[in-house]
Amino acid sequence: MKILLKNRSDVPIYSQVEEQIRSQILSGELPEGTQLPSIRQLARDLKISVVTTTRIYNDLTEEGFLQSVAGKGCFVAPRDNDLLRERMLSEMESGLEQAVRCGVKCGMDDQALHDALQTMIDGLREEGSI
Amino acid sequence: MSGMILTLDKVCKSYRNFALRDVSFTLPRGYIMGFVGENGAGKTTTIRCILGSTRTESGSISVFGKDSRTEPVAVRSRIGAVYDTLMFAGHLRLSEVEAHLRRFYPEWDSRQFRTFADRFRLPEKTKCGKYSRGMQMKLMLSAALSHHAELLILDEPTAGLDPVARDELLEILSEYIAGGEGSVLFSTHITADVERIADYVTVLHKGRVWFTGAKDDLMEEYAVVQRGEPFPQPLRDACIGLHDTPSGCAAILPTDRLTELPKDAIFEPAKIEDLLVYLAKGGE
Repeated sequence: MKILLKNRSDVPIYSQVEEQIRSQILSGELPEGTQLPSIRQLARDLKISVVTTTRIYNDLTEEGFLQSVAGKGCFVAPRDNDLLRERMLSEMESGLEQAVRCGVKCGMDDQALHDALQTMIDGLREEGSI
Repeated sequence: MSGMILTLDKVCKSYRNFALRDVSFTLPRGYIMGFVGENGAGKTTTIRCILGSTRTESGSISVFGKDSRTEPVAVRSRIGAVYDTLMFAGHLRLSEVEAHLRRFYPEWDSRQFRTFADRFRLPEKTKCGKYSRGMQMKLMLSAALSHHAELLILDEPTAGLDPVARDELLEILSEYIAGGEGSVLFSTHITADVERIADYVTVLHKGRVWFTGAKDDLMEEYAVVQRGEPFPQPLRDACIGLHDTPSGCAAILPTDRLTELPKDAIFEPAKIEDLLVYLAKGGE
């Protein structure tokens, strides 16, 4: 597990760490069953607070990324496809929302927004990236 | 209360120009608490009360479940203390300092002390009064960590340290609590240190506890707000350290009041430093 923290970032430490662990699990860099360092070990390694680290592990466990086994520690949870799908959908929605807001701000009407989306889909398909 | 390593309950102490009033907070075993507040807020007085070097007028202090007034020796020998100035006689050399400490602490661990002295590269032949500020802090820290103390109390340990020494200190503190047995209480002006490693924060203001609790909660409970025009009532009354200038006004606001902000106001999460600055500007 690799964690790099930005001290001058506006993003709070706990979200930076959570986001990095999440993306390493989603990308498969941290495969199912990998044992994570203990809360106190990670806090010490990153020189961050134990309370913050506890919160990080709790959040990720609640989201289904981690599983804690009493007396043994914290492990990467088996991949849950429904969960993954839900996450992807919510990411899609927030991306779309941002796109629409930006479009409306520069005066695009509904038709222009629809066209832009279609152009985007066609473009990506043409380059073979989707 | 076995989970609490330190409990202060309504501690009062007054001097001619200054008083600590009803200071209460708790520190659980295995965590770090940052102790912050403006100069003269009462941090050092509180620490002196905990260490038993000054008597409280009322209220109680319990350390490891023992009353610091009735069992001062039992309490004091399990606390490691680091002050902002050297507490050893300046003419002593490393081994002489150790000889003094060995007599004072029943649980003294020479090997541990030597390990830290080597790690910090404390010079053997130099009188400790001639050490640099960073070296003196490391000497006190080595002493504090070498008698199996379960509570470390540091009064302004980072004052006058360069960034490298500060970082080393934070590393040692993280290491110290990693086992889950020891706790740390440290007062500091360098709030960045608290923001990074402290689990809990107690903010002292004018001799009273203004906030005590988890650091993450403190940092989520307040925001710095700014606006070109004055804030409307009743929001204005909720502002902490409000100040108006011709170019706009700024204050600290509890985050649960952010929804009442006019649309043209901006806000950002408050750092501990912001809280101290705005509190000093007139928060109560």
